[in-house]
Amino acid sequence: MSARMFGAPVQRTEDERLLTGRGAYLDDLGADAYAAVFVRSPHAHARVRDVDVTDALDVDGLIAVYTHEDLTGPMAEPLPLLLPHPCIVDGRTPHALAAGYVHHVGAPVAMVVARDRYLAEDAAERIAVDYEVLAPVVGIEAAVAAEHVVHAGMSDNVAAHLVQEVGDARAAIAAAPHRLELDLDIERSACTPMEGRGVYARWDEAGGSLRLYSSTQTASGVRAAVAAKLGLDVGRVEVVVPDVGGGFGVKIMHPWPEEVMVPWAARRLGHGVKWTEDRREHFIAAAHERGQRHTVRAGFDDEGRLLGLDVEILHDNGAYLPYGVIVPIVTSTQLLGPYKPGAYRVEFRSLYTTTVIVTPYRGAGRPQGVFAMERTMDAIADRLGRDRAEVREVNLIRPDEMPYDQGLLFQDGRPLVYDSGDYPRTLRMVKELIGWEGFAAERERARAEGRRIGIGLACYVEGTGPGPYEGGHVQVGTDGRVRVATGLTSQGQGHHTILAQIVADELGVAMSDVEVTTGDTRRMPYSVGTFASRGAVMSGSAVALAARKVREKALRVAADALEADPGDLEIAGGRVHVRGVPGAGMDLGTVAVLSNPLRYAFDEASRAATQFARPADHAAPPVPEGDAPGLEGTDFHSPLRSTFANGAHAVVVETDPETAEITILRYCVVHDCGRLVNPLIVEGQIHGGVAQGVAGALYERMAYDADGQLLNASFMDFLVPYASEIPPIRIAHLETPSPLNPLGVKGAGEAGVIPGAAVIASAIEDAEGFPVRSMPISPSDLFGLRRRFAAGEIPPLRRAERARGRRANETGEPDV
Amino acid sequence: MESDIILRVNGREWPLRVDTRTTLLDALRERLGVTSPKKGCDHGQCGACTVLLDGRRINGCLVLAVACDGSEVVTAEGLGTDGELHPVQQAFVDHDGFQCGYCTPGQVCSAVGMLEEVAAGWPSAAGRPVADTPVLDDAEIRERMSGNLCRCGAYANIVTAVRAAKEVSR
Ligand code: FES
Ligand code: FES
Repeated sequence: MSARMFGAPVQRTEDERLLTGRGAYLDDLGADAYAAVFVRSPHAHARVRDVDVTDALDVDGLIAVYTHEDLTGPMAEPLPLLLPHPCIVDGRTPHALAAGYVHHVGAPVAMVVARDRYLAEDAAERIAVDYEVLAPVVGIEAAVAAEHVVHAGMSDNVAAHLVQEVGDARAAIAAAPHRLELDLDIERSACTPMEGRGVYARWDEAGGSLRLYSSTQTASGVRAAVAAKLGLDVGRVEVVVPDVGGGFGVKIMHPWPEEVMVPWAARRLGHGVKWTEDRREHFIAAAHERGQRHTVRAGFDDEGRLLGLDVEILHDNGAYLPYGVIVPIVTSTQLLGPYKPGAYRVEFRSLYTTTVIVTPYRGAGRPQGVFAMERTMDAIADRLGRDRAEVREVNLIRPDEMPYDQGLLFQDGRPLVYDSGDYPRTLRMVKELIGWEGFAAERERARAEGRRIGIGLACYVEGTGPGPYEGGHVQVGTDGRVRVATGLTSQGQGHHTILAQIVADELGVAMSDVEVTTGDTRRMPYSVGTFASRGAVMSGSAVALAARKVREKALRVAADALEADPGDLEIAGGRVHVRGVPGAGMDLGTVAVLSNPLRYAFDEASRAATQFARPADHAAPPVPEGDAPGLEGTDFHSPLRSTFANGAHAVVVETDPETAEITILRYCVVHDCGRLVNPLIVEGQIHGGVAQGVAGALYERMAYDADGQLLNASFMDFLVPYASEIPPIRIAHLETPSPLNPLGVKGAGEAGVIPGAAVIASAIEDAEGFPVRSMPISPSDLFGLRRRFAAGEIPPLRRAERARGRRANETGEPDV
Repeated sequence: MESDIILRVNGREWPLRVDTRTTLLDALRERLGVTSPKKGCDHGQCGACTVLLDGRRINGCLVLAVACDGSEVVTAEGLGTDGELHPVQQAFVDHDGFQCGYCTPGQVCSAVGMLEEVAAGWPSAAGRPVADTPVLDDAEIRERMSGNLCRCGAYANIVTAVRAAKEVSR
């Protein structure tokens, strides 16, 4: 019997190929394709008066130049509004190439195709665009003020508006014994995967079909969108996703303007065309996230128990809404975390600005929500003079209250019902891991040495694995090898490994006999995509269900051949045999042969499946009714609702009293994503998430100037951390199974990033003794806060005052 | 303007005519089909294009191909010998030192070059007196590998992998 793979820290199957550089990413394909480049707007807001391409035409090697005028039919229409939520007031989406106006720096205006990239860039440089510059709208304040509007025909910049309410929050707050109000800000950041976007298309004239390679998180989504734009039947569009060098959300957006232009041009030119994004393009023309402002009003009792919570959110969605407004919807709902808010009211306005669009970035609105809630918890604790963990504790949902209905609708339009989780235990574990109880003494000791250290804590709940569905196809070949396909795509999460683990267990085969394909519409056309931590939950469940079908059939076919009862058979080590009699059986490959009744024998193995090989039951057809030839199965997982993972992070930071440099001393994570398929992979996902969380808290922000120019559009100026910035991370797992899927798993991809800003703000605040209300925070931001604090513009934390009082008492100074 | 050059890449000699603006990275990827070095920024800011040029780690996007005439280039593809992974590559496998793999060919070339630099006694900015013989602790590894971005944030395991590779190469 082979060892169980589920739960084992199995080394990834993807490894060797990627390590030796034999991975095939988008730009590694299509060596003979023409190169495309895009001429992009240098202005945040302008009318395009004229595009003059004359000069470009003499560049040797130029193939074609296209502008909006060349586009007809659906290609000339705006790109689709992917998630048409009813809260959208006026949903504007971009055109593939600017149709008269540009609304952000980087908007594509013209496309150049040439023999190679160097020549295409040469030609693009010679295209003269005449712009009439219009007033930019940059930042939430300008968007709210609406002195200028981003889109003609609108009277303000409100793209969407939604109010959700459970109970009467405002009345509950008014009646509460204690109240407070906080303004909390998070700035823009972005995914910036190491591999940018990229598209490569080939048109097959004879077959009238398109093969499209895209560095995307959704093959099926791109397929449907491109087919619609090009007026092709989806059956004539194949989308294949090669290795993808990271996504983190930005590659779930589709179709990008470039993603429809490239195949359109390939078809028109009858030649392969490829576009790979350069780094600056990724900064100015892909997507950002995170920029959001929150006003929180809370009413609470003497223990710090929330009685009412009223949150107003202003969300900067950039120039268009092609992806809809998922981010503020997620914030609105996931802000609640593991807590019972009492009555809850949340309202958001999503605003157009003349900056690049916003689409989900790992965490997708949760980091902002958790920041808002956890800052509130800290503020409540400080107000009441209670321990921060204690205040959280009294607000937690208890395990015996599961499933817990928050009374709202989640981002998938389904009820926000937490399926399982042990939040009090999570909190206890993280306190232990970081050394919460002994920290006050540690802080005092450091202080005595002239050092400032602080501890922070943050909890979160993360809805993962939303539907509608994902599919799995499992096929056993006559060679005994198992081929598995699922439609969602992989960007480094190790999907191939965990799916192989799951199927190996279900079918009783060795993992090395399982091959997994993701994101290839030829193998699995029905799919949704990779986002919201849904790989293991959705595709894991789907391939498990499909493998169970295959197992059932294998037992049936083998039982027939072995003249045994299927109930007496088992599969192990790739062989079906009578339980307890390993000798009496046959290889799965042979079962696969037998499962496909043949007229013709073409090799030794296939003889066994011909009609002459065995005496047949003449009363039954060779393929039984309701059955199909072949040892394969397809199934889909479509859950009732999302499953909710949870966790808590704690951190100890040190802030330099002079330079305000912020250093992380310890970072601890307790994480519950249900049953772990592969702890090694989950930990890798957590490491990566924490790295991005730390980055978002301390380093990364998008610096737009008032004209809408992004000033830090490079890896030189946008500070993605290196190995030198990311601290060692201690992780402890809890495994509370989900009842919503056959594996009991929950998603793990995004968790690490979610509480980053919240937990680090909490610790810096603790070290400094004054509140931190906006993130990210750089040394110069902290330095600025210290000055304002010294000038009396920022009130001290009450606990810092009390501590000072204690110290003062000890030295005989008066209490404050 | 074009120039004729000869590049020796992973042990094989390539005569080549290049537009003088062509970077070593583009010459490798677009002209020779050696796609193991990746392009993450094209501006010397991410390290995805790191290769060994005459034994030293460099960013392929910052060097012009014409300046490499007659030089020996080793990429991640050429690190191993006889179908065996290089010890650094093996350490990345053993310690799960990557996720999407896009930064990885650059990380391993960088680690190989870095271990050579340490062996040769080169100082780093990790804060030790320059005259000291370098001791490759974690802080040194982090500092010395700080030219290679990994957006998947596999740093924790990259550090472990490099530490392990150092042990092996001793
Ligand atoms: S591509 Fe050369 S350093 Fe980024
Ligand atoms: S493994 Fe993805 S960027 Fe490093």
